[in-house]
Amino acid sequence: MARKTARPGRTLLVFLLGVAISYGLVALAGTWKPELGLDLQGGTRITMTAEGDPSSESFDEARKIIDQRVNSTGVREAEVTTQDNRFIVVEIPGRNARDLVDTVKRQAQLRFRLVACAADSATACTAAPQVDPTVPEPGTEPSNTPSNTPSGTPSDSVTQSGNPSDGATSGSANRATPGFLHKRGQGNGPAEALASNTASPTASPSDAPSESPSDTASSDPSSSPSPTESVAIPQGDPEKEAARVAEELAWSTSPDAAWVKRYNEFQCPTDGNPPQVVDNPDLPLITCEPGDDGGPAVKYLLSKAVIEGTDLESASAGIPQGQVGWVVNLEIGGVGQDAFSEVSTALVTNGGRFAIVLDGQVISAPTMNGRITNGQAEISGNFTEASAGSLATSLKFGALPISFQDDVSSETIGPSLAGDQLSAGLWAGGFGLGLVMLYCLLYYRGLGLVVLGSLAVAALITYSMVLLLGVSAGFTLTLPGIAGLIIAVGITADSFIIFFERIRDEMREGKTMRVAVESGWKRAKVTRLAANVVSLLSASVLYFFATGAVKGFGFALGLSTLIDLAVLFWFTKPLVSYLGRYRFFNGGGRFSGLSKETLGMDIARAEGRA
Amino acid sequence: MGKFSRIGNDLYGGRRSIDFVGRKALWYAVSGTLVAGAIAIIVLKGLNFGIEFTGGTQYRVPVSSSQASQATADDLREVVANAGIDGAANPTATTAGGNAILVQVEELTQDESDEVVAAIQTVVDVETADISQNEIGASWGQEVAQRAIIGVIVFLILVMLFIWAYFREWKMSIAALVALAHDIMITIGIYALSGFQVTPSAVTGLLAILGFSLYDTVVVFDKVRENTHERLKPGQSYSDAANLAVNQTLVRSVNTGIVALIPIGAILYVSAVQLGASSLQDLALAQFVGMAVGVYSSVFLAPRVLVHLKSTESAIVLQERRAKARARAQADRYASVPAFVEDMPVVDEPEDDADLDDEGQPESRPTAPPRGVEASGRGRVVPPSRGPVKQSNSAGRVQPVRQTKSKRGKK
Repeated sequence: MARKTARPGRTLLVFLLGVAISYGLVALAGTWKPELGLDLQGGTRITMTAEGDPSSESFDEARKIIDQRVNSTGVREAEVTTQDNRFIVVEIPGRNARDLVDTVKRQAQLRFRLVACAADSATACTAAPQVDPTVPEPGTEPSNTPSNTPSGTPSDSVTQSGNPSDGATSGSANRATPGFLHKRGQGNGPAEALASNTASPTASPSDAPSESPSDTASSDPSSSPSPTESVAIPQGDPEKEAARVAEELAWSTSPDAAWVKRYNEFQCPTDGNPPQVVDNPDLPLITCEPGDDGGPAVKYLLSKAVIEGTDLESASAGIPQGQVGWVVNLEIGGVGQDAFSEVSTALVTNGGRFAIVLDGQVISAPTMNGRITNGQAEISGNFTEASAGSLATSLKFGALPISFQDDVSSETIGPSLAGDQLSAGLWAGGFGLGLVMLYCLLYYRGLGLVVLGSLAVAALITYSMVLLLGVSAGFTLTLPGIAGLIIAVGITADSFIIFFERIRDEMREGKTMRVAVESGWKRAKVTRLAANVVSLLSASVLYFFATGAVKGFGFALGLSTLIDLAVLFWFTKPLVSYLGRYRFFNGGGRFSGLSKETLGMDIARAEGRA
Repeated sequence: MGKFSRIGNDLYGGRRSIDFVGRKALWYAVSGTLVAGAIAIIVLKGLNFGIEFTGGTQYRVPVSSSQASQATADDLREVVANAGIDGAANPTATTAGGNAILVQVEELTQDESDEVVAAIQTVVDVETADISQNEIGASWGQEVAQRAIIGVIVFLILVMLFIWAYFREWKMSIAALVALAHDIMITIGIYALSGFQVTPSAVTGLLAILGFSLYDTVVVFDKVRENTHERLKPGQSYSDAANLAVNQTLVRSVNTGIVALIPIGAILYVSAVQLGASSLQDLALAQFVGMAVGVYSSVFLAPRVLVHLKSTESAIVLQERRAKARARAQADRYASVPAFVEDMPVVDEPEDDADLDDEGQPESRPTAPPRGVEASGRGRVVPPSRGPVKQSNSAGRVQPVRQTKSKRGKK
């Protein structure tokens, strides 16, 4: 019994401590004003111009994908609109939203290709020995290239088992980035292994003609370079797919002479800009990987795409266990998963590499050190938390069907609502709340004080949560959001009303106040839980299914419902139990709100007796 | 206060009872008329969708850096809104980059567009040629609507399943859904009637109503379930128990309605009367109407539909019949027999019956229907009691008090 009476006070203390801690966190974060949304504070407007003349379908598609990217967390409430079928305008709350430009603009066309030649392997690569003279110049349709498939040379590579130099965990793609190898010299590592088993007369890549950095000329000259037409590779039945992969594997060990020639002629731009290449999945690709820390770029000759980014099921940023660098985790599904498994098997045995090509640029070209059958891969590189997150976000929602021009205009925009709206809304809300409190005081008297206290605590928690989420998840308050939070007061107050009415009902049945609090609580609790499950359901469904502002609203609704539950369980109920010990409340005093007179029992009883 | 709380007490004890589940025809007619009216308004008047849904035109007005302030943007908004152009009644104006102000309006004809430009020129001193125009697409286009609709459908299915699982009664799911549809239709109807523009905040408000309406219904149904399952008294029919539940939660419903509507009402008043068109008033109107209708339907519609649906179940029919039989058996046969007075007429005037019904009943004890004229003046006259009597709850009428043997005295 002693324990039971000690409890409400303790719960109250712990709860208030929790509130204090949340404010401690706010103090640590250092912001005391919430992030306001586009309508109240303005933000940054990014205008992107589409390359070429995209069809309106692909343009809408692009708008949708960008919308998903900027609103991926769902609480930022950015707006994405199209203009004149040429511009996509992204409006993001906050002045310093420039870091989002990359995430938004990146086309995010991801392909996995096999590395045939790489400039960091100290050897130029040679073509297959017997090149059919009828092989057309690369640039015409590639469908007739496979004539040089099983060239005999690389069969001695069976004993070469990947031998990764940096001991990556098995089951994921090795993190031996070429840039890394480049810095360390070419003494060991898979690149060497690849170079050595081609057993070729070494012609160093430095003697390739170096006069003209023929950027565009060296890229794939297929007649229509619009990337919209190149996204689909024929993906038929699995056997055909397997045959295609095997073909590419063979090609990567002995590329045909025409492509090797082009590769030798190609030069990466020295100013650190990405090379101007067109990434056509049906053709081999010559491209570069940017060097580390402004180091020289590394050029690659890559096979046709073996795995398409459309096979990507999910992408996320994270730090693998036992490591320090950020990586982007990929999960490949569908046909790509089988292809990936096949590629990994082959590469483990011959020590070859594959390249992850993003928007025509190699971002990583690791070796394999184990078969990967579940489609789990990861991209490593010099990622920071921000850049890994940005890339994962870009990849997750699929590639943009169109590309954008390089120059992106970004400007600061003012709030879209008149300046007096916020103050008017707050004033009205505050006035309304004052009336609500007055009503509660009049109706519930002493218990009304509990309502006031609970509402105040709920407001405190909500404010700290808004601040914390603003810092951690980019939660912004729009005018509808503020109004929504004020409206949530009604629902929060309802939980007290249900509770108090239950207590009064129990007392009408003749129970004393302290008993009535406990038995009334039992019933009110169930009702509250059921009703709040409905609210939570609506909130979470809105959050997970809707986009944009609706998503943010769902978030706010769920937040306020959870806060309502927390306040009711850990503040209001203990407080009422605690106050129930005092004579003022349990003695049926006139102002306690629980006297016989306020319950209407005095006269009713008398009537009954007559 | 005392009067009101007495009402609360009476409602709880069932001494005073408002018939919320009976008179089906009347209340169905009321709700049906409201919904039909709402649909008629929506069809006839239509909804006025905003730029976010339809796309529109954007004017980029170059201004000097001293002019690129919020005040100028506000002025522009005011002027364009007051230009009397249909599509430009609710423009947005934002500063952009310190040297321009963007004004967005709905799709306009060439003439209207010229008017907008003229209106802009009254505030800012620019050449017509310097104002560039862009078509802007809908930011709340097809796929946002699609996703929202999918979300709502999933939500409804989940809530139906939840109510069914929690109350073990799929008919409650149906009743809640009917009430929800009723609320949504009326809210949209009144919104259409107001002529406010449909903006994302209005849609947001409407989506909030989805949750609130069901939430409110669940609270009432929780009491209904409690009364019909755990606290069902012998001789109480399902509809009586449900009606008692609605009466018992009536005070809560009224209080919740007041508490929820006051802040929204304040916001609605301030935004609609003092500020003029704004996203605040859209949200507030949708919420205000929706919440009011939600409380109404949880009291007047949902329990009625539930009882109606349940009334065909054989168990309920049986219960009903038993309750009726019990009421008949328990009826106090002497309740309407007038006490004898000297100049009592041999035949009653009909009014007397009514009088006694109102005043003479001590409790809500069921009474037999008033008898025909021929019964009065005949029958057994209750003899004066010999000992003390008191009201007995178990017998349902006055009974002699039986004293302890020691106090009865020796005979």
